[in-house]
Amino acid sequence: MTDWTSLRKDFPILHQQVHGKPLVYFDNAATSQKPRSVIDALVHYYERDNANVHRGIHELSNRATNAFEAARTRSAKFINAKSADEIIFTRGTTEGINLVAATWGAKNLKAGDVILLTELEHHSNLVPWQMLAQKTGAKITYIPVTGDDGVLDLSKLDSLLTPQVKMFSMVHISNSMGVVNPVEELCARARKLGIVTLVDGAQSAGHLPVDVQAIGCDFFAFSGHKICGPTGIGVLWGRQEILETMPPYQGGGEMILSVGYHKTEFKHAPHRFEAGTPDISGPIGLHAAMDYLDAIGRANIWQHDQELANYAAEKLSALKNIRIFGPKKNRAGLVSFLLKDVHAHDVVTLANQGGVALRGGHHCTQPLMHKLGVESTARASFYFYNTKAEVDVFIEVIKEIQKFFAA
Amino acid sequence: MFDDINDLYQQVILDHCKHPRNFHEMPQCSCSAQGFNPLCGDNLKLFLTLDGDVIKDASFTGSGCCISKASASLLTDNVKGKTKAEAEKTFEQVRDMITTGTVNGDVGKLAVFAGVYKYPARVKCAILAWHALIGALRGEAAPVSTENEQT
Repeated sequence: MTDWTSLRKDFPILHQQVHGKPLVYFDNAATSQKPRSVIDALVHYYERDNANVHRGIHELSNRATNAFEAARTRSAKFINAKSADEIIFTRGTTEGINLVAATWGAKNLKAGDVILLTELEHHSNLVPWQMLAQKTGAKITYIPVTGDDGVLDLSKLDSLLTPQVKMFSMVHISNSMGVVNPVEELCARARKLGIVTLVDGAQSAGHLPVDVQAIGCDFFAFSGHKICGPTGIGVLWGRQEILETMPPYQGGGEMILSVGYHKTEFKHAPHRFEAGTPDISGPIGLHAAMDYLDAIGRANIWQHDQELANYAAEKLSALKNIRIFGPKKNRAGLVSFLLKDVHAHDVVTLANQGGVALRGGHHCTQPLMHKLGVESTARASFYFYNTKAEVDVFIEVIKEIQKFFAA
Repeated sequence: MFDDINDLYQQVILDHCKHPRNFHEMPQCSCSAQGFNPLCGDNLKLFLTLDGDVIKDASFTGSGCCISKASASLLTDNVKGKTKAEAEKTFEQVRDMITTGTVNGDVGKLAVFAGVYKYPARVKCAILAWHALIGALRGEAAPVSTENEQT
C-alpha cells in the first residue's frame, strides 16, 4: 500500500503557500513537479560530470557520455522498446511529432494520400500534419468525437480507413477531456492495412504502464517534464525498421559518419536524428524521473490518478450550474468543466486566490472546443502526489466562486 | 475567501459583466472591428455610429471573461459623445492605467481597471475592447489581437 502523502516530502515545491493558502497544484497535465532525486541528478551532473558527449576521450566526457547513453537504455526499458537504438531524444512530444512529419512524412507522403487523426488532438498533433499536408498535397481526415464525454465515434473508423490513408496519428490520453483511447485496437486495425501509426503519449507515459510493442504502434512520442523530469527533453520511439528508412531531421555534428565538402554519410538511428550537442542534463534528469516513477509503479499511479479524478468528477457533479466534460467510464486523471455564466479564466483567477492552481483555456485543442461549442474550459489535472483532501479544498473553492459570481 | 481580489473584480466590474450595457449588434453602424484574444478565446465585436467626427453610439457583441466583457461594456458607455481624437486619448490613458496602474487625468468610471496591472495574465482581457475601438476608428479590416500587448 503506497503512502501517497509521504511521497509529497520528495517534492520541495509542494510545501509552500500561495496567497496565504497551502498550494494545491492541479495543473499536472501542463507540467508535473520534480522530486528531489531529479533535482539532485541535475545538480550532480553539473557539479561533477559536465562535459560534451561522444568523441571525448577525457574522464568527464566519458562520464557524461555514459550517463547520457544510460538514459537512452533506461528510456527503452520505460516503454519496453526492443532496443535503445529506437530511442531518439527530442525537446518533447511536439518535436517528436514534427520529426516524424518532417522526415518520414516528407519521404512517404504525396498528393492524394490521407493522414488520419482524431478530433481530440492537441495542436502538437495537428499543426505538424497540416504543414506536411500543405507541402505534399495530402489530405487530413478525423475520427469524430461523440460529444461532451470526448469519446471517439469508432463506428466511423471503417469508412475512414481508406486505401489512401498512409499515417494514422492519435492521442493516447486526451489532455482536455481525459479520454483514454483504445490505442492497441486502433493500431491493430491500421496495421492490417499497412498504415503507419503514431501515438502521442504526452499524457500517458508517466501515468500508466506503457509497452510500445503491446500497443503495436510505429512511433510513440512523450515529454520528460510531464513525468517528473526536466523541461526541454522528450523521447521519440520509432520501430527500428522504419527509423532506418528515414532521412535525417537536422544536419550538423553528432549525426554524421563522414563529411566532405560535397557529400556526407549519415549515422544510423538514433544518432542520425540528433544533430549538434544534445541536451545532456535533460536525459540524465529524465533517467532519475523514470527510476522514481517505476519505484512507485505506474499501475499504482494510474489507479491513484483515476480515484482522484472520479472523486473530483463526482463532487463537481453534485454542484448546480456546472457542465462536466470527459468520459463516464475509465476517466484519466483530469476533469474539465465549465461553470454556468462564469468564464474559465475567471474561475482560474479566483481559484488561484484560494491557493489552487488550475488551467483555463482551450488547452491547445481549439478545434475540439469549437466543436463542443465552448471557447474554453477550466481543468483540474492530478498526479500521484495529490490527495483527496486537496480535492476537497478545490471543491470548496469552486463553491465559493459560484457564490462570488451569483447575481 | 476572495477579499483581496476585489481590486480586480470591483463591484462595478461585476455589475457590468453580469449586466453588460450596449450589448447588441448595430446593423446601421458607421464602422466596426473584431477583437480576438488568442490566448483565451475572448472574442468581441465593437460597433460605432459616427456623426462626422463624433461617436454618437457604441455597442458590442461577443463572449469572453468577466474582465473583457465589463471592459467592453464600460467602453461603450464612455466613448459615446466623444470625438475620435478624444477617444484615442482615452485609449492611451486606459492602456497606461491597465498596464502600469498609473492614472493620468480623469478617466471616470474606467478607474475601476486600475488594479488590473497586478494580474499580468488579465491585462489582455481588459484591453481587448480598446484595441477593437482603435481598429474601428482607424478602419482596420483585419481583426485586432492582443497577442503583442506588453504585459
